Amino acid sequence: MATVARDQIFDKVQNTLVDALGVDAEEVSGESTLTGDLGAESIDFLDIVFRLEKNFGIKIPRGDLFPENVLSDPQFVSGGKVTERGLVELRQKMPWANFDRISENPNVQDLFTVDMIVNYVESKLGSNN
Amino acid sequence: MRWLWIDKFLEFKSGQFAKAVKTVSMAEEQLRDHFPGYPVMPNSLIIEGMAQTGGILVGEAKDFENMVVLAKLSRVDFFDAALPGDQLTYEANLTELRIEGAAVEAKAFVNGRPLATAEIVFGHVDRSSGSEAQHIRYTSYRQELMHLLGVPERKELNPSGSSPSTSSD
Repeated sequence: MATVARDQIFDKVQNTLVDALGVDAEEVSGESTLTGDLGAESIDFLDIVFRLEKNFGIKIPRGDLFPENVLSDPQFVSGGKVTERGLVELRQKMPWANFDRISENPNVQDLFTVDMIVNYVESKLGSNN
Repeated sequence: MRWLWIDKFLEFKSGQFAKAVKTVSMAEEQLRDHFPGYPVMPNSLIIEGMAQTGGILVGEAKDFENMVVLAKLSRVDFFDAALPGDQLTYEANLTELRIEGAAVEAKAFVNGRPLATAEIVFGHVDRSSGSEAQHIRYTSYRQELMHLLGVPERKELNPSGSSPSTSSD
């Protein structure tokens, strides 16, 4: 599969989020957090997965992009913050994600960013799904 | 009044497509207040009709293993209005179906003219979660819908039987 440029992936991810979340394109930057900045709720993550699969022609297994089983586990999330064990678990499950920026203050709301989705799609396309 | 906003299925292709019809009657309670002296079928109930058409399509595709709940209207556009005596038809195309949920693209027509389009996301709730009472309500509601609307059931959903419970008010 030909390599798709990262900015092209970002543009498509941006359009996906505009459609799924009803936000303006200007609101969607790489650093935007899905929940905190763009107002995504739990069902939106499923909608985003549907749209990413369609827009990029990839398959996203359950819990692969957004590991909800980790976030619903009290040993990994407590009081709206990801625990130390949770961060270890997420780093293992989401090797494409960079959690350094939130390791000081790991609010669940700030966990998922647009860049994280771009990284994920890039890894999927790079590995030919 | 029962919470049924479609009268009959006209077409039903399991896991793919469903088409239902609903005739707007002046006798329906919602038209008394919406609006006094100028009855118009509320758009919210037209959305409900599209969602029931799509929701049954989604539930039937997996033999009603899960409870199907309307989770999100990603986008809805209306182009016209429906008045007493008008016939509404709802079409739903299943676009996504997986363990966590499903999505449909729905269209509504009034007397054959485009009335609305909607992108609808449904969540799946495992029937092993939730209370027994919820299961019975859900199962009897779905059974009744399938029966009333003439969709052949693929298997018995609730062999122990229960009284239908779909009253809303």
